[in-house]
Amino acid sequence: MALLQIAEPGQSELPHEHKLAVGIDLGTTNSLVATVRSGMAVVLNDEDGRALLPSVVRYTPEGEVVVGIEAQAEQARDPKNTIVSVKRFMGRGLEDIGHVESAPYDFQVAPGMVRLKTRAGVKSPVEVSADILKVLRTRAEAALGGELVGAVITVPAYFDDAQRQATKDAARLAGLNVLRLLNEPTAAAIAYGLDNGSEGIYAVYDLGGGTFDISILRLSKGVFEVMSTGGDSALGGDDFDQRILCWISETAKLAPLAAMDARLLLTKAREAKEYLTGHNEAPITAKLTSGELVNLKLSAEVFNDITQTLVAKTLQPCKKALRDAGLRPTDVKGVVMVGGATRIPAIQKAVGEFFRQEPLTNLDPDKVVAIGAATQANLLAGNRNPGDDWLLLDVIPLSLGLETMGGLTEKVIPRNSTIPVARAQEFTTFKDGQTAMAIHVVQGERELVSDCRSLARFELRGIPPMVAGAPRIRVTFQVDADGLLSVTAREQTSGVEASVAVKPSYGLTDDEITGMLQSSLEHAKDDAFRRALQEARVEADRLLEATEAALKEDPHLLDAGERARVDVALEKLRTVIQGEDRHAINHGMDLLALETNEFAARRMDQSIKRALAGKRVDDVKIGEEE
Amino acid sequence: MAVTLTEQAAKHVANYITKRGKGIGLRLGVRTSGCSGMAYKLEFADELAEDDQIFECHGVKVLVDPKSLPYLDGTELDYAREGLNEGFKFNNPNVKDQCGCGESFKV
Repeated sequence: MALLQIAEPGQSELPHEHKLAVGIDLGTTNSLVATVRSGMAVVLNDEDGRALLPSVVRYTPEGEVVVGIEAQAEQARDPKNTIVSVKRFMGRGLEDIGHVESAPYDFQVAPGMVRLKTRAGVKSPVEVSADILKVLRTRAEAALGGELVGAVITVPAYFDDAQRQATKDAARLAGLNVLRLLNEPTAAAIAYGLDNGSEGIYAVYDLGGGTFDISILRLSKGVFEVMSTGGDSALGGDDFDQRILCWISETAKLAPLAAMDARLLLTKAREAKEYLTGHNEAPITAKLTSGELVNLKLSAEVFNDITQTLVAKTLQPCKKALRDAGLRPTDVKGVVMVGGATRIPAIQKAVGEFFRQEPLTNLDPDKVVAIGAATQANLLAGNRNPGDDWLLLDVIPLSLGLETMGGLTEKVIPRNSTIPVARAQEFTTFKDGQTAMAIHVVQGERELVSDCRSLARFELRGIPPMVAGAPRIRVTFQVDADGLLSVTAREQTSGVEASVAVKPSYGLTDDEITGMLQSSLEHAKDDAFRRALQEARVEADRLLEATEAALKEDPHLLDAGERARVDVALEKLRTVIQGEDRHAINHGMDLLALETNEFAARRMDQSIKRALAGKRVDDVKIGEEE
Repeated sequence: MAVTLTEQAAKHVANYITKRGKGIGLRLGVRTSGCSGMAYKLEFADELAEDDQIFECHGVKVLVDPKSLPYLDGTELDYAREGLNEGFKFNNPNVKDQCGCGESFKV
């Protein structure tokens, strides 16, 4: 018989209709999966009771894919086929990855992202990550007794579009429906329930196995905004173990260690480090392959002493992140501790002193990100309590913008902006005396409006007649927490206003988004060319219009020969505008400008004469001095 | 007529209620739905309905509405683990037949 969970009052699910959702912390060193059970977020363990799945994937000679501890154990023996820290390669080209030479893999250059050559074939980091996610998915489905409706997967706050997209693709490849990607520091803050609390600035100090991240978040109206991030991608808990290992070698006066001994002592070092959280002294005993016996006692004092520089090293990025956000340590309302290494008392003390407050440590720092992700996943899957007033965190999947002259897109809100968001941009008129403006709202990454998706059109009427370029029309895009877009256009001097509401997020399916993103990458070069062409056309149109207007006004300033030459230049420009050759258009504009130089000068003279008519030289001079 | 909790189940319920921060107990019930006719209701209880029957078991209050009670009489609610999965299990003597997964049943 099925095992049931306790529901909220009135929320009992129908049989076979459980909305099972999980949160996944896809980490560089370790990954975890968590869910909400009977209203409580819990991390799901494997058959052996382990919560942490080492993010290590090994492709065995037998054609098997092994993930986790078993893969980690073979790392030294089979380095080329055992992929560790694949997260560092997600969405990255070879040139983006530092220390390529120190990684033991056969890298292959591929467009967009590196590939790794293994005995199971050439693998993209997306596929390797998908192998990790598959294990977590299987674990979750076994633990929840059913198929998952979806998952929230966490990513570092500094992940760019390519890295986020790669993470999403990995999840899809693993058969997971991604409810949302959530920033790791935001997930940690959610786990502590900070999103239900008061508004303010929060710092998330995340010292993992091999990486350190500091994020400064601002919570306002239930939404976390990442203000700044910093860190050190080569600093983590493992470095503390390494320091202890060095200390053991020195203190016990050991000869250079064999690989097996080094591994053994490193394990002993980690155990000692963990023991010192809660004890003042840790015994270290080990028997080396040579038969030599190591028997030492590491005191907390010595440990703090030998790791002091590591602790100090984490505070530098904290300082920088605060500076980037324009804040002082006292502006921070709460500090969330993430990552196993933050259990070290000396770290808690140093962080506390730096931010001048006790950091939040009552949740398991290894699990806090997964727990926050699970909480969010549970809500997104629709398991909401009545009365829960949650504002959901979301991002805009594709840029929102406007059509400008010549069918070009002007992006107003870039994609991946968190919502709610409001952005304004000023536009102006194109023609003299223009009293109305058509506003065409589009969504997409491409340069030309015809390649983007049209969302809405409306008109702003009643602009007071002014010369082209004089009116200031402020167009405001606003996306609320539900993903509803409203666009308002307002002429600043007269105050005339028009607006429209559109629903962008429901307009596109994921497949369409993927397709559009792909085509934007494929067409980037093409688009740039077409943009340049279109800009030349708009400029040429403007020149033609101005010249024609001037000819109409002052035909008497040109003699028949001059007029004929200007007409030829005009005609030539009109013809090349129809073509696809940007250089021909530019050339045509140059020619017309040359032929109308004299004409323009005469018009200038004429208007100065008119302005000065009936005035004495002295008046003019006085006027100038004023 | 009575409904009981095992000690394991009571421990978990008490724990969940503490974590949830509110609730007076656990509500059990049945409703007509599912492939075999009836399904269980297992919810946190925030308020007491007028005609609720209350059973106290290992310090946890169990609320059952009078319409559900005949179908649940004699039921023992247990907390069990099956592999990685864990959750509450109804040991209900009234059940004559149930669907494969046991989520819905016939009396």
